[in-house]
Amino acid sequence: MSNIDLSVNIGSLKLRNPIMLASGTVGYGNEIAEFSNLNKLGGIVTKSLSLKPRKGNPPQRIVETSAGMLNAIGLANVGVEVFLKEKIPFLKQYDVPLICNIAASSVDEYVECTKILTTEETIKAFEINVSCPNVKDGGLQFGNDVKAVANVTSKVRAVTNKPLIIKLSPNVSYISDFAIAVKQEGGDAVSAINTLVGTSFNIFTRKPKIYNINGGLSGPAIKPIALAKVLEISRKVKIPIIGIGGIMNWKDVVEFMIVGASAVQIGTLNFIDPTAPEKMIKDLENYCVSAGINKLSELTASYII
Amino acid sequence: MFIVNSPVVETIQVHENIFIQKIYSPDIAKIVKPGQFLNIRVSETNTPLLRRPFSVCDVEGENIFIMFNVLGEGTKILAHKQPKELVDILGPLGNGFNLDGNYKTAIIIAGGLGSAPFPFVTRKIKASKNIFTFVGGRTKADLITYALDNVQISTDDGSAGIKANVVQLLEMNLDKIDISSSKVFACGPNAMLRALKTFCIKHKLDCEVSTESAMACGFGICQGCPIESTSNTDKYLLICKDGPVFNVKDVVI
Repeated sequence: MSNIDLSVNIGSLKLRNPIMLASGTVGYGNEIAEFSNLNKLGGIVTKSLSLKPRKGNPPQRIVETSAGMLNAIGLANVGVEVFLKEKIPFLKQYDVPLICNIAASSVDEYVECTKILTTEETIKAFEINVSCPNVKDGGLQFGNDVKAVANVTSKVRAVTNKPLIIKLSPNVSYISDFAIAVKQEGGDAVSAINTLVGTSFNIFTRKPKIYNINGGLSGPAIKPIALAKVLEISRKVKIPIIGIGGIMNWKDVVEFMIVGASAVQIGTLNFIDPTAPEKMIKDLENYCVSAGINKLSELTASYII
Repeated sequence: MFIVNSPVVETIQVHENIFIQKIYSPDIAKIVKPGQFLNIRVSETNTPLLRRPFSVCDVEGENIFIMFNVLGEGTKILAHKQPKELVDILGPLGNGFNLDGNYKTAIIIAGGLGSAPFPFVTRKIKASKNIFTFVGGRTKADLITYALDNVQISTDDGSAGIKANVVQLLEMNLDKIDISSSKVFACGPNAMLRALKTFCIKHKLDCEVSTESAMACGFGICQGCPIESTSNTDKYLLICKDGPVFNVKDVVI
């Protein structure tokens, strides 16, 4: 055991290390637990939950692209009630901070979901998904509208004392404007970034490869964009940032922390190597030893520009 | 299910574009069932990024076999793996065929590369069941009869076997088979599976089909491979976890 301190804080949320598993890439924990010791991780973020179960989009939902993939799952999920009844008992066995991701189609639904879930002690924080690119219903395109994001943040803030993280869309001109709004309305942190809107067509049939036409681009292809967005927020707003976007190894984690992330989320990589996030923790420790760093959180926003 | 790095033993080219790869993988060989699949990472680089799903074609002692056609970058890399090169395998995944039961005759229906899971099925049941195998393809080059028993063939263009689709081929041979004690096992394009479903319902034949889909993870977390269920329309089934083998009555194809 080295005496390197890997712990990080996201507002009042304390994590044993910065490695979290991203929403939509870990289900409700049970499948990934067959590959990885969840208790070693910094945190896990559930698949987006809505008030009622959602069936999700018809196939095809996924297509691989250069160094990335497009997905349009359509927020398929079991709904809040089934989550509490059937998924929480499994997650309760673990000593890993559980962050509940909520995706709704109206402000009322965000509030209602949060109200119900906040009473469950296993849930340590909320991540509000205002940026899923694959669901059209509900009218409001929350993620692209600073006022809408501010409104959701303040309304959800009013019904929970738990740490409130807003997951931001990269499909905007100035992501830092959204982070400012989140901070002003009492949000504790932002996750950046969600997937980028993209599409892919079959050149022979001239049809889109995925049913939804557009999907969310993830994977290493988006890492430079995600880094730039995290840096932009970091330079403009004093708010904890959870960096997300194409992390494939421990070096990517360090890079996200340097540009401003307090913690990170691993997404697409879980599909390829579900053992990788746990392995990164040891690698980060080794990096600290070789770089003479005692406390990993010192890396956050340590960029030299 | 686990992740192992297993060495290629040999790669056999069975057709112009179709390969069978023998991989030494004792842990998987010990537990895998016919109809299950493996999700294989062909390269450690980011392109291609995702694993590719392959049906387990056969198992011989501590070796497993996969069958594939070279379609894109991933399968090209796989086809060029040399003996002793490692293949990163996540598996075994999904539910295989239910080969048990009182049926006396197995009717195997394969369309094109849909032959892939049936050498293993054949190996498992040939001592205890009669087997009729019907293999179809658009053209002669699509027909794969590797390690199958009692095979009849058809092609859409008549370039080999009878000019018919494989369901029509089965129909032509029905008089030779006691269908009251038969079970159908099938894999192939959706159009074939749809025709077969209609046929099996008409003739009251129990039928299991192996389905396929684009997918990322192969074990249920990406939710990328939905298939419509006939019994619960509120929720999709996942091909990777609930399948890839389904009773044909349980899914909308």
